[in-house]
Amino acid sequence: MDASSHPHQVGVTIRNAVKRYGSFNALNDVSLDVAPGEFLSILGPSGSGKTTLLGLLGGFVQPTSGSIHLGATDITHMPPHKRDIGIVFQNYALFPHMTVGQNITFPLRARHMPKADWPARLEAALAMVELSGYADRSIAALSGGQRQRVALARAMIFEPRLILMDEPLSALDKQLRETMQLELKDLHAKLGATIIYVTHDQREALTMSDRIAVMKDGKLVQVDSPRTLHDRPANAFVASFIGEAMLLPVARQDAGILTLSGKALRSAHAIPAGKDLFLTVHSEKLTLAGPSTAPEANLLPGTVSSTVYQGESVRIFVTLDGGHAVSLRLPSNHSGWQIMPERGQAVTLALHPDDTIVVPQAA
Amino acid sequence: MVRPRRPVPAADGPMTHTLTPEERRERRLILALLTPALAVVGVLLIAPLIWMGWQSFQGPDGFSLMHYQRFLTDSVYLSSFIQTFRIAFVVTLAALLIGYPIAYVAAKSEGIWPPIILGMVLVPFWTSVLVRAYAWLILLQRRGIVNSALQDLGLIDRPLLLVNNEFGTTMATLHILLPFMVLPLYAAMKKIPAELETAGASLGGNGWLVFRSIYLPLSLPGVIAGSVLVFVLTLGFYITPELLGGGRTFLVSMLVSRNIELYNEWGAASSISVVLLLVVFAIFRLASMLIPFERIMGTK
Repeated sequence: MDASSHPHQVGVTIRNAVKRYGSFNALNDVSLDVAPGEFLSILGPSGSGKTTLLGLLGGFVQPTSGSIHLGATDITHMPPHKRDIGIVFQNYALFPHMTVGQNITFPLRARHMPKADWPARLEAALAMVELSGYADRSIAALSGGQRQRVALARAMIFEPRLILMDEPLSALDKQLRETMQLELKDLHAKLGATIIYVTHDQREALTMSDRIAVMKDGKLVQVDSPRTLHDRPANAFVASFIGEAMLLPVARQDAGILTLSGKALRSAHAIPAGKDLFLTVHSEKLTLAGPSTAPEANLLPGTVSSTVYQGESVRIFVTLDGGHAVSLRLPSNHSGWQIMPERGQAVTLALHPDDTIVVPQAA
Repeated sequence: MVRPRRPVPAADGPMTHTLTPEERRERRLILALLTPALAVVGVLLIAPLIWMGWQSFQGPDGFSLMHYQRFLTDSVYLSSFIQTFRIAFVVTLAALLIGYPIAYVAAKSEGIWPPIILGMVLVPFWTSVLVRAYAWLILLQRRGIVNSALQDLGLIDRPLLLVNNEFGTTMATLHILLPFMVLPLYAAMKKIPAELETAGASLGGNGWLVFRSIYLPLSLPGVIAGSVLVFVLTLGFYITPELLGGGRTFLVSMLVSRNIELYNEWGAASSISVVLLLVVFAIFRLASMLIPFERIMGTK
């Protein structure tokens, strides 16, 4: 747990992993490289295969075909208890009949580490998750956030080469979840361990990850950094799954021009060929056209259909002249209220060509 | 008496605070709902127990300790108690050793298997005890199926004495009481989240460590419940030992029935029942002092 050197850093290589249950393909030819020390999230709706992929890494699911390497070691058929992978489970899976200390030292006991070394390691692990002095507490006496930390300490104490986390924050309330997200990120920086994090919460994935692997129907759809994923989605599924995106059907005119309801728009990005194209409109990319709007911006006239006050911002729903519905946000501050349109008012929205992203239906 | 003790909220006396009309109504309702059960327990359990206790102190000339003095003078009493508890202990242990793997497999299997396994445990349960006792008699007697099979295979020269003794009694009692062990075990095992074993394995625990340090302790509530049931039921078992004991087993239940059927000695029969009840209480008190049930159940 020395921050300066990470001897346990190791990458993960998944090659052509397939898992079939009868005729159902839970995993369909998944290949993924995780760099040593990377924080990679696997993001997808339920049933997308992310839990199967996690089971494959943990050794609880045997692949139908394909291979998994941890560093240079082939672990495809290695039993779970020999893999040296720390796993934090969704419901923590703490042992209810053991104390906090007994839970955390279980991996040391399983590895027959000399008992004399346990106290120091336990202290370090407890300090790491800020639970010093809790060793003799029973699990039943802990809050959700504390249980989460115990699970984390238990998965880290044996300095595993890889830590897997299966939606570890999903049982916590929103505020605690956001605190824990930042704490986990800090912990990752401190430990330097490779972390694979499964979640269905796109915001969580965007907040914590170095890279995000988006899954759908047992396949990897896109593996990219949070920003690339958000701003340059590979297809309509990723675009609709990440952020508050609205997808408007458009036609391609040439590599830089598209038409939305007959109106030509410019894009700074190469527009993919083919039919079934969609313009990805994130609400934060839209602004009300005004004096500060860039001259090259695409202008979209429309009518305000409603406004919803949401505390920190006001969400404005606009029906474009072509009939498509979009929304944008104005901050609920002084300058926002100055230009706040009313319901029924005609407005012109601006979308910069850099933010004008066209995606195909499927990759 | 082996359940985890939860702090019972002390009933507030009328002095501590006055009840609101809602609270009074609620308490009246609770009392009304409990009345039928209390009446049944009172009439069918408490009253007969008191009557039995009173009767055990009645001699021909009023109050007497003569029935209890017999425990010290008549060696049959002591040997009968020892034999009864020995059989109860052996049956409980054997039921646990046989029942645990059955319950484990049933709890671990999926699909149609759990009902099939539990069904196989339960089907004999629906057959009359009398029928099963005679069935064991036929199987285990001198020229029964077991003995002839062993002789035909050349494993034994002379028939083994399998029945009309303690072995036959133990065997048949075990068979009849096995479901009382398997069902509580199964219920307790079903409550153990599968992810705990997965977690144990992922943390480096091999199968034996995970079973020993996670599964087994968490299944102990079932072990305790099943063992208590089987132990107590064996102590009072009557028909099976009567039929399969062949006069060589003389259990406490038979001692009670002889006193009534042959000698019409209700006082003696009552005193035996009282002593048996007290010994059982003492055993469980001792057990609950020695075994930290509350910690095992994870309630502490």
